[in-house]
Amino acid sequence: MTALARRRVLALLPFGAALAAGGGFWAMLSGMRHGSFDPHDIHAPVLDRTVPAFDLPAQAPGTGFSSADLRAITRPVLVNFFASWCIPCVQEAPVLAELGRKLPIWGIAYKDQPDNAAGFVARTGAPYARIAADRPGLAAIDWGVSGVPESFLIRPGGRIAWHLAGGLTQPVIDTELMPLVARFGG
Amino acid sequence: MPGALFLSLLLSPELGRVALALAACLALAQFALPLLGAQRGDPRLMATAPALAWGQLACLALAFVCLAAAAVGDDFSVRNIAENSAVAKPLLYKLTGIWGNHEGSVLLWSLILGICGAAVAWFGRGLPTSLHARVLAILGGTACGFELFCLLTSNPFDRVWPAPMDGHGMNPLLQDPGLAFHPPILYTGYVGFAVPFAFAVAALLEGRVDAAWGRWVRPWTVAAWCFLTCGIALGSWWSYYVLGWGGYWFWDPVENASLLPWLTGTALLHSAIVVEKRESLKIWTVLLAIGTFSLSLSGTFLVRSGILNSVHAFANDPTRGVFILGLLGLVIGGALLLFALRVHTLTAGGLFAPLSREGALVLNNILLCAICAVVLTGTLYPPFASLLFGQAISVGKPFFDATAVPMALPIFAAMAIGPMLPWKRARLAPVISRLWWAAVLAALAWGWSAFGIKGLLPILAFGFAVWVIAGAAADLASRTQLFRIPVRDSLRRARMLPRAALGAAIAHAGVGVTVIGLAGMSQAEHAIVSVHTGESVALAGYRWTLTGLADARGPNYTARVATIAVTRDGRPIAVLHPSRRDFASQGQVTSEVAIHTNLVTDLYAVLGDEHGSGAGHTAVLRLHDNVLAPWMWLGALVMAIGGGLSLSDRRIRVGAPTRARHRLPVPAE
Repeated sequence: MTALARRRVLALLPFGAALAAGGGFWAMLSGMRHGSFDPHDIHAPVLDRTVPAFDLPAQAPGTGFSSADLRAITRPVLVNFFASWCIPCVQEAPVLAELGRKLPIWGIAYKDQPDNAAGFVARTGAPYARIAADRPGLAAIDWGVSGVPESFLIRPGGRIAWHLAGGLTQPVIDTELMPLVARFGG
Repeated sequence: MPGALFLSLLLSPELGRVALALAACLALAQFALPLLGAQRGDPRLMATAPALAWGQLACLALAFVCLAAAAVGDDFSVRNIAENSAVAKPLLYKLTGIWGNHEGSVLLWSLILGICGAAVAWFGRGLPTSLHARVLAILGGTACGFELFCLLTSNPFDRVWPAPMDGHGMNPLLQDPGLAFHPPILYTGYVGFAVPFAFAVAALLEGRVDAAWGRWVRPWTVAAWCFLTCGIALGSWWSYYVLGWGGYWFWDPVENASLLPWLTGTALLHSAIVVEKRESLKIWTVLLAIGTFSLSLSGTFLVRSGILNSVHAFANDPTRGVFILGLLGLVIGGALLLFALRVHTLTAGGLFAPLSREGALVLNNILLCAICAVVLTGTLYPPFASLLFGQAISVGKPFFDATAVPMALPIFAAMAIGPMLPWKRARLAPVISRLWWAAVLAALAWGWSAFGIKGLLPILAFGFAVWVIAGAAADLASRTQLFRIPVRDSLRRARMLPRAALGAAIAHAGVGVTVIGLAGMSQAEHAIVSVHTGESVALAGYRWTLTGLADARGPNYTARVATIAVTRDGRPIAVLHPSRRDFASQGQVTSEVAIHTNLVTDLYAVLGDEHGSGAGHTAVLRLHDNVLAPWMWLGALVMAIGGGLSLSDRRIRVGAPTRARHRLPVPAE
């Protein structure tokens, strides 16, 4: 390739990049119009499936857990994503403490400093039987977590039976969660 | 009032619509006639450009005044006013609410583009005729596209039938003086880059870029850059004190959309210096000018099409998005295609020594564009991953903090050295002799911060910030020969100093101030606590006591106000009143943050929900100690002041274009 031809190709590169980007955007826009593409679609893709594979470090003051532990449970377990920086988690804490007497709750600290998360658990008296730390928030992505707090009910065998994005409240626990727990042998 | 009624009848929305349509027609003429004239060498056709630019501005101003009249006069038969305004809204927010929604902001966008066109028509009188005509033509063509967009898909003058008695009202979050003036300033920054863009396209059409071209482009770039800097800082400040999350930058797509053109715009205003002084980097500068405006356009408009998932909600409409995309394709695609076809007409500049002023400027360009590429990748990866691989991925703060932030450190390291290097070929020894004390200061800062600051990156950033500020001071000291000649002579030299050099030093120091603020903010402490009235907590060496909770009423909301007394070692420091406002008519609750600042640290408190009753009654409070937070925005202000000083330099303001007209012949086509 001569120097001139090389310059011509180089000069075309920005146009080519813009063309590719424009083509991509056009595909997204037409997808949005036909409903096949939705960048705002946040849902739990894991409902009624086995818990996604993860292996997280333990978070003080509890023992950690992995997806293998969840797949091996024999009684329903509630997995609760929380963070010390989240105000709804503080509000949820009393309800959670009450619930902890009836149902094992395993916590996952989402994008949180270990010290802060430990402080949060100590302050709020959250009744986590086991706690894992998801500092990079990658496991949360696999779980389809859209924010904290978010809770998942895992039935024996490690399948996700129920999910709630947002803080747990007593009515939700009484009318939705506990009947499911009873059904799966809690 | 019959007078007001008469005025509002005269300035009807229909008149506004006609004025907008007329502006679009004039813009089309402003695009076609001068371009044809420049191609044929017909001076009469070329001479139409300034008049058409003025006419277009007059029409746009009339359209804007009509919309303002409808907003102030509470004309709820206009859909846009009915959806965004209400009788009870204060007058200031009725006015600023004009651009607080999609339709109005597109009209404002067009108006600012019109102002830019008229400014080029006026200040560019000294330009060669054909270049002047072509620049105005490109601006006219771009303006025409946006006016059509406004008319056809986002018309702010549409009526609604039957007209409601009262409007829906404005989002209470937007009812804030900081946000009221944020869009005009930010848009002026975005739109301002249309002028360097038009210069670049005109240069490609003309087939020449020379030192004079660099000199003409630079003031427009600096002006746009100043506005964009202020706009970004205002937006960040707003999210800090209104959203109440205690953060100042969230790497949200809307924020990234403003950061991307700022990065390339900063690169552009530096590379234009090389074009002006050394007639080098021409092709690169032309590409940067096109790229900066392309990023301005695509960022803001893609956000509105709904492709990028953002917390800042604009009315998302894919149909509108298709129109925008077509428009972007014409403007950006056209310019880049022209670049590919015509770039061979521009002569490439010579090579130069790595250790020289131009070498330092090239390094600046490489680093800024690398950061820009990283941020662009992080912003566009989620939608493209979703499109190509069907994966929902979120790229957030951790990615940007780990990639973009460390890449800024080499820029800071080079920033103090660059302005000291002479053109063509430099030696390190004289630079070291003038900068050694800045290095000593930076080393002291590192030493001190290694004990006082947590985290490697903040420590590095803090030292570099001191280095940058001291470097700027050393630059001025060496230019005025401070301490080498008598102080009185130094002062005389300081007065004679070119404003551009002074402005550059001040802007660089501004960067340092901002970085100190950022390093300080990384040390911010916060706590979320649930407390009874009278209970106190300790945070960051202060004792925060919740002394009371009370109800209050505002004009269109009810509020719950907490009183928090902050003391340090028993001394009272501040009393904070964070509150929660319930706007019943919109069904929205907002948090009013309480901030007490002494410019060194911000005490920042947010009131959350309350629980229980009687003795068990508790309130959730979020308390922050934000060290050096105000410095981040002060630094941006200092940067903009530096840019403004540089703009007031006589050499770029008046002298050059008139002199250049006599010296440079109009190129024959």
